Amino acid sequence: MDRRTFIKSTAATAAASSAGWASLAGAQAGPIRIGLLAPLTGVVAAGGKEMVEGFNMYWGAVGRKSGGRAIEVIVEDDASNPDTALQKARRLVEQREVHMLAGNLLANTGLAVAEYVRGTGTPYFIPIIAADDLTQRKRIPNVVRIAGYSASQMPRPLADWAAKRGLKKIATVSQDYTFGHEQCGGFSQVFSNAGGSIVQQFWHPLNTADFSPYLGQIAALAPDAVFAMETGADATRFIQQWSNFGLKGKIQLLGAQNFTDQSVIRTLGAECEGIFSSAHFCEGNPAPSTQKFVADSEKAFGKMPSLYGFSMYSGAMWLDAAIKAVNGKVEERPSFLAAVNKVVLNDAPLGRPVRLDAYGNPIYDVFIRETKRRSDGKFWNVPIETYPGVSQFWTYDPEGYMKQPPYSRTFQGINAKI
Amino acid sequence: MKRTAIIAACLGALALVPLVLPGYNTTLVTEMLIFATLAMSVDILAGYAGRTPLCHGAIFGVATYVVLYYAGVAGGNVWLAVLLGVAAGTLTAVVFALLAIRTSGVYFLLLTLALGMIVWGVCLRWTSVTGGENGIRGAVKLAWMMDRASFYYFVLAVTAVMTLAMWRFVTSPFGLTLRGIRESESRMRTLGYDVPLHLFIGFTVSGFFAAMAGALYAFYNSFVSPSTVALAQSVEGLLMAIVGGVGTLFGSIIGAAVIIALENIVSAYTERWSMVLGFLFIFTMIFAPEGILGKTRMLIARRSAAGARSSTATGS
Repeated sequence: MDRRTFIKSTAATAAASSAGWASLAGAQAGPIRIGLLAPLTGVVAAGGKEMVEGFNMYWGAVGRKSGGRAIEVIVEDDASNPDTALQKARRLVEQREVHMLAGNLLANTGLAVAEYVRGTGTPYFIPIIAADDLTQRKRIPNVVRIAGYSASQMPRPLADWAAKRGLKKIATVSQDYTFGHEQCGGFSQVFSNAGGSIVQQFWHPLNTADFSPYLGQIAALAPDAVFAMETGADATRFIQQWSNFGLKGKIQLLGAQNFTDQSVIRTLGAECEGIFSSAHFCEGNPAPSTQKFVADSEKAFGKMPSLYGFSMYSGAMWLDAAIKAVNGKVEERPSFLAAVNKVVLNDAPLGRPVRLDAYGNPIYDVFIRETKRRSDGKFWNVPIETYPGVSQFWTYDPEGYMKQPPYSRTFQGINAKI
Repeated sequence: MKRTAIIAACLGALALVPLVLPGYNTTLVTEMLIFATLAMSVDILAGYAGRTPLCHGAIFGVATYVVLYYAGVAGGNVWLAVLLGVAAGTLTAVVFALLAIRTSGVYFLLLTLALGMIVWGVCLRWTSVTGGENGIRGAVKLAWMMDRASFYYFVLAVTAVMTLAMWRFVTSPFGLTLRGIRESESRMRTLGYDVPLHLFIGFTVSGFFAAMAGALYAFYNSFVSPSTVALAQSVEGLLMAIVGGVGTLFGSIIGAAVIIALENIVSAYTERWSMVLGFLFIFTMIFAPEGILGKTRMLIARRSAAGARSSTATGS
């Protein structure tokens, strides 16, 4: 290369690159990049796969476009491990330059990523992460629980319903970690304040193979009902052993929503019939939007949607609405986040409208659900009663509520007034 | 001198990283440096004293926990937090050392594994302090560390000093004694060396460096959970040392770099990335059990030996 061609080519390159910059600043031409973190390996890999399916199902249905721009979803595996989740979040933000992050399943992975985005300001959406304090005492403005729920929010209507139904003595059984502590705390506080008594609380390690020690004690206690907070394989085993021990039909079984989620009961038979739980999503809800979603999911994946698939699908729907509201200008974070907070979703598979409270957590019409047999023999949750407008603070004053300590194994809010 | 030249070249290359590999890659190299320190601390015991530990993740994590708790949750001074974190990690190592040094071989491995698991159990269960499996979050980075390059240089400087200190340690007469214990404990005892005392000091020093790495990790991650003190972390530290070359010290730096780079690059292409890592370990064990650096040194030595032989052959 002689000097003249060198000068020419340099000038051409400079001109081309400056033109590139100008177009980037002007029209925001490129696609909107969404980093999706999901556990594709590790202990909760099955749920992670359904998360990705649900999220992509929505974007596929709307042609991967929103607000006049293409949507690009970049999936990363968080390996069910918070350190890996952090590493992948860093990569998505710093290398792939995503406009927003979404996903994660386990609370500790979500908390790790939340701490990271506190520093970068990247919008981070958590339809699955239920850790109470992320939308309460330790709120981060750019972390929003679109289409998600906080752990203690959901069991409260069930506790109220149980008390009104005349149940007096309830024992709780739960996996011994924060998600369990928070759900049992929400249940126990409402139930005890409504005049019921929590006779005993059993905490067992994750992945308990044999529940007989607990079931034996429960049989001896003879409570009116048992509230069980179990996820995944623990839930399957608990329901089976509950039936094998002959407790089914003798003691009423109540559950947290993940206890009778499709991810659990789709492998079960009659032993899961007649369990009551409370949740915002109910696949047996006759509302047309719910039934359409259930039919679409069954057609696409051959199974009824779980909470994971549903939440990520609705989360994508939520983002779509917000992106349209700002005409695709997701680079302007404050206005984009404001739009996300203003969304009122009317046509979600919930069959009910949903919006966020002032703390970035949705307010739902919560169903009391019962597991029943569908006409084709599969089991699903059908609504039997509705509690409208349930926020993460139940009937409490938010400020007063947040003054009480977070739920833990030692603080379950039993008989504690707010 | 040849060695000085190599070290200067490596340092120079590392100093250029934020300029040559800006953005996320700088963050990645920062992580490699932190884990290199952990892997080298493992190598002090595994490579030089002949005692393979499975508890360094726990020592590392204790320091991370203390730094984040003191500076992040309790709101204390950051440098005091580092001091306390390193002290706590070293103290953990002292306790572990007292319990473990009289064993060797597979018993040492299992005992340190059990001790590490106790720390993990405590972190998981002591919810009021450690936050249970949700861990502790806290912004401990000082204002001047917020910039990626500045933080990188900070970590590089600390790691360089640590590496020098560890190198001085293993090449000192004391380090030679450790190597003697590795080769034959009974002979060293016959020669009048106090074997348990030497192992105790070796373990404690190794723990100190693991704790230093853990304190850096607190700055890097601003988050700690039981997975940081879990067995997997100890295993990862050990694997880095093994892949790089046990008993080579600097090999651990290569091992850390290779493993972290693979974790990141492979996972971008397949969700089965942990399988690829598994194959890497198997191939290392079969084809280069002495590790990357160990193998390279062997090949160089063989070639120069062959060269020397051929030159003597023509000479005679």
